[in-house]
Amino acid sequence: MAKGIKDRVAILGMGCSKFGERWNDDADTLMVEAFLEAMVDAGIETSQIDAAWLSVAFDAVNVGPSGIPLGIALRLDNAPVTKVENYCASGTEALRGAVYAVASGAADIALALGVEKLKDTGYGGLPARTRGTMFDMVGVNGSAPGNFAQLAGAYRARHGVSPMDLKRAMAHVSVKSHANGVKNEKAHLRKAIDMDTVLNAPMIAEPLGLFDCCGVSDGAACAIVTTPEIARSLGKSDIITVKALQIAVSNGWELQGSGWDGSYFHTTRRAAARAYDEAGITRPTEQISLMEVHDCFSITELVTMEDLFISEEGKGWSDVLSGRFDADGEIPCQIDGGLKCFGHPIGASGLRMIYENYLQLLGRAGPRQREKAPVMALTHNLGGMPNQNVSAISIIGHADA
Amino acid sequence: MTFGILDFGAYVPRRRLQRNAIHGANGWFAGGLKGLARGERAVAHWDEDVITMAVEAARNCLGARDRTSINALSLASTSHPFADRQNAVVVKEALNLSDAVGSSDASGGLRAGTSALLAALLQPDRTTLCAAAEKRLARPASENEMLFGDAAAALLVGSGDVVATLVGHHSVATDFVDHFRSSDAAADYGWESRWVRDEGYAKIGAGALTAALGKFGIAGEKVDHLIVPVTLRGVPEIFAKKAGVRPEVLCDPLGATVGDSGAAHPLLLLAATLERAEPGQTIVLVGYGQGVDVLAFKTTAALAGIERGRVAAALARRVAEDNYLRHLTFTGALRYELGMRAEQDQKTALTAMYRNRKAVLGLVGGKCSKTGTVQFPPSDISVNRNEQAVGTQEDYPLADIPARILTFTADALTFTPDPPNRYGMVEFEGGGRMMAEFADADGDDIEVGREMRMVFRIKAIDELRDFKRYFWKAEPVRAPAGKES
Repeated sequence: MAKGIKDRVAILGMGCSKFGERWNDDADTLMVEAFLEAMVDAGIETSQIDAAWLSVAFDAVNVGPSGIPLGIALRLDNAPVTKVENYCASGTEALRGAVYAVASGAADIALALGVEKLKDTGYGGLPARTRGTMFDMVGVNGSAPGNFAQLAGAYRARHGVSPMDLKRAMAHVSVKSHANGVKNEKAHLRKAIDMDTVLNAPMIAEPLGLFDCCGVSDGAACAIVTTPEIARSLGKSDIITVKALQIAVSNGWELQGSGWDGSYFHTTRRAAARAYDEAGITRPTEQISLMEVHDCFSITELVTMEDLFISEEGKGWSDVLSGRFDADGEIPCQIDGGLKCFGHPIGASGLRMIYENYLQLLGRAGPRQREKAPVMALTHNLGGMPNQNVSAISIIGHADA
Repeated sequence: MTFGILDFGAYVPRRRLQRNAIHGANGWFAGGLKGLARGERAVAHWDEDVITMAVEAARNCLGARDRTSINALSLASTSHPFADRQNAVVVKEALNLSDAVGSSDASGGLRAGTSALLAALLQPDRTTLCAAAEKRLARPASENEMLFGDAAAALLVGSGDVVATLVGHHSVATDFVDHFRSSDAAADYGWESRWVRDEGYAKIGAGALTAALGKFGIAGEKVDHLIVPVTLRGVPEIFAKKAGVRPEVLCDPLGATVGDSGAAHPLLLLAATLERAEPGQTIVLVGYGQGVDVLAFKTTAALAGIERGRVAAALARRVAEDNYLRHLTFTGALRYELGMRAEQDQKTALTAMYRNRKAVLGLVGGKCSKTGTVQFPPSDISVNRNEQAVGTQEDYPLADIPARILTFTADALTFTPDPPNRYGMVEFEGGGRMMAEFADADGDDIEVGREMRMVFRIKAIDELRDFKRYFWKAEPVRAPAGKES
C-alpha cells in the first residue's frame, strides 16, 4: 500500500453555516457564511487559495455542474475550482481533492466547500428524479428510506434479533441524536424526543418510522487545508492533521454478485480497514475518541458501528442500547446531532462531520464539548444505497497523536 | 405427426372486484345494477395490461416446454395497449422466443380470438402460439363495468402430440352492431339488450352454430362440450337449445368468477374445457361478434398425458377486492392527487431499451463461461470477485428460475399507484440476484427467505408521451388453489 497522507496535511481553518430550512437564503449566502468563518479561522486572504473543490449534488448553472458557482460566490482569484460529486459522500470527496493537492505539493493552500440548497425543491425529502437510462428500466426507483430500511430485515435475519429489540435500538439512535442536537445552535432540529415518540411515529418505509429518518436541510461547510509547516508559519500551534482519507466504491458485487446478505455495508468495511491502516490505527475502539457517522437513517448508524469494527458483528444493536455511543458514553457518535438533527445538506454533510470533529479536537465545541479531550476522531460519510454506494472515511487528530 | 392444439394455458388477474361493491358505490345512480350485483369479476392490477397478461398465459401454456420450435405468434385483443407498436412482439421478447418468428396482432372485434386461432389451425407448416387477452374499460356505473372481466389465454398450435385436432370450422360475417367502440373511445356504446339477445345471439349466433354442426356432420347430442363465451344469463342455453345440444354440456362461462374477457373469452373457456375434457371427446367452440366463428375439435389420447390443474390454478388464484375506488384509480377513471413524487419524467430511452431488450424485456442475465457466475444484467467484465473475466457472458434466462427474498421493505414515500411500494433484493436459485419490485404482494406474506416467481409487468407509465415501460417483478409463490384463504 502507498504510504498515504497521514500527517502530511493540516487543517488551517473550518467553517459551517447554520443548517436548516433557510427559506430566505440562496446557496451563495450559505457558501459565504461557511467560507467567512473558515477564513477567519485560517487567517488568510482569498488570493492565497491556490485551488478549490466544490461538492454539491443537485444544483447546476447553465449546461450543468461546474466549479463556477463557487468561484462567483466567493469571488475567488480565478483559482481552479473542481466540482465533485459522489452522492452523499461528496463533501468528503471535496476534502480529498484539496488534501491531495496540498499533499502533492501542487498547492500550498486549498479549499474544500460543500453546499446544498434543498429547500427549493418543494419536496419534504430528496426530490423524485431519474436514476439513469438503464437504471430506470431495470432498477427499483425506491426512496432512500425504502432502500435503507432493507438493512433492518436482513440484519434481524442474520443475527436473530427480534423486531422489537432492533426497533428499540434504532429508536435509541434517534433519541440520542436529538438530545445532542439540543446543544448545537447551528443544528436544524433542536428538540429532545423520547423513545415512545420514535416508536409510535408514522411509518415511512417499514420498519423505519418518521424519527428513524433524517430530513434534508440547506447548509454549507468549508475546510481550508495546507501543510503542517505552512500552518505553523501562519502562527498555528495546535495543529490538526489528516490521518487518513479513504473512499471505497461499490463495484456491483453486492447488487449483482453473490454472498452479500444485505445486513451490512461492504464498502464501509473496506474503507475502514484502509483508513485504519493509513492512520496506523490497530485498536480502533481504544484509539478513536469520537465518531461522526452517516446516520441518514437510524439503522444505518447502528450497522455502521459494526462495519467500522467498533462493535462486534451482531452486537451493534445492544451496544447502542447500552449507551456506549451516547454523548457521555465510551465513544460518542453524533455528538453534534448528526445528520438526524444537525441536518443533511447533501454536498456539505461530509465536511460538516469533519467540522465537528475539528472543533472537538480543539476544545471549541461549546456546550457539547466532550470533557475528555478527543485525540483522534473519525467521520464516515456514505453516498448511495446499501447495495451500491460510496463509503468515505476520514480520520483527523492532533499532529502529535 | 398430427397437427392441432399442442397445449393450453390461462391467466386471470388475482384481484377480483366484488360486484356488490360496484353496486354499493353506484346503486344510488344506477339502481338497475342490483340485478347484476352478484359474484365477482377479475380486474387487472395497475401494472397489468393485455401484453403482461398474455405473457403470463403463454408461460402457463408453455411451462418448461422447449420454445425454439415456435415460429409464429399472435396476440388477439380489442384492448391492446399500443395501436402502432406491435403488441405481440413485446410478448415475443418477454417469452425470449427466437427472432425468427412470424408475429401479428389480431383485433377489430370480439371474434379476434377465435379467428386468430382458426388462422393458426389452418397453417400446418407453422407452430403458432395463439395468445388472447383483454382489459376492456367500462364507464363507472355501466352494465359493462359489472360484466367485463380481465383475463388472458394461450394455445399452442402445431404438429406433434396434439391434445385436440380441428375437425370442422365455419364462419359468418354480419355487420350486426350490438355494440361498438370507435378507435379513440374509452368505452363501448351498446344497443337495446332484447334486440341484442333475440336478433343477435338467438338468430345469428345460434343459427350459425346450427348450420356449422350440420356442415360438420356432428349431431347436436354428440357434442361433449359446448363453449358459448357469453356471460349474459340464459344466452348459452339459447345456443344449445337451437342447435340441439344438451344444455348440461355447456361450459361454465365464468361470469360469476372472472367476467367476460371479450376476445380472449372463447380461448380462456377452451383452455378450461380442454383441462377438464377426456380423450376422444367433441368440443365445439363459438366465437361471436359481427358474425360467428364455430370451431369443432376432437380431443386425442395425448390429452390424458397432459399436466392438469394449471388453468384451474390460474382461475383459483384470487383475492377479493372490495375497494371500488382503488379500482377506479387503477383504470384511470378517477384521478387522485398523486403528489409531487409522481411528477418524475418517465421518458424511456428507446435506443437503450432496444440494445438491452433481452435483459429488460426477457430478463436474460449473463453466465460467465469462465467462472459460472450468474449475474443480472450482463456486463463486459464479470462481477465475480477477483476474476477479471472479460467478454465471457453467455445468455442466461432468469424469468423461470425460482427466487428468494434477501431484503425487503414497504416504502410509503416513493410514488406507486398502489402504496406502499413493496420491493427488495431477490436471489435466484443457482445464482444471480436483483432488486425487484414485488407484484401482487400483501404485507403479511413478505419475509427474508420467502419464495418468489418472476412476472412480467408494467414498470412505469410515461403519461407525457403515452408510453408504457415493461419489466419483471417478483411475486410471492402462494399455496396451491384452494389452500389460500
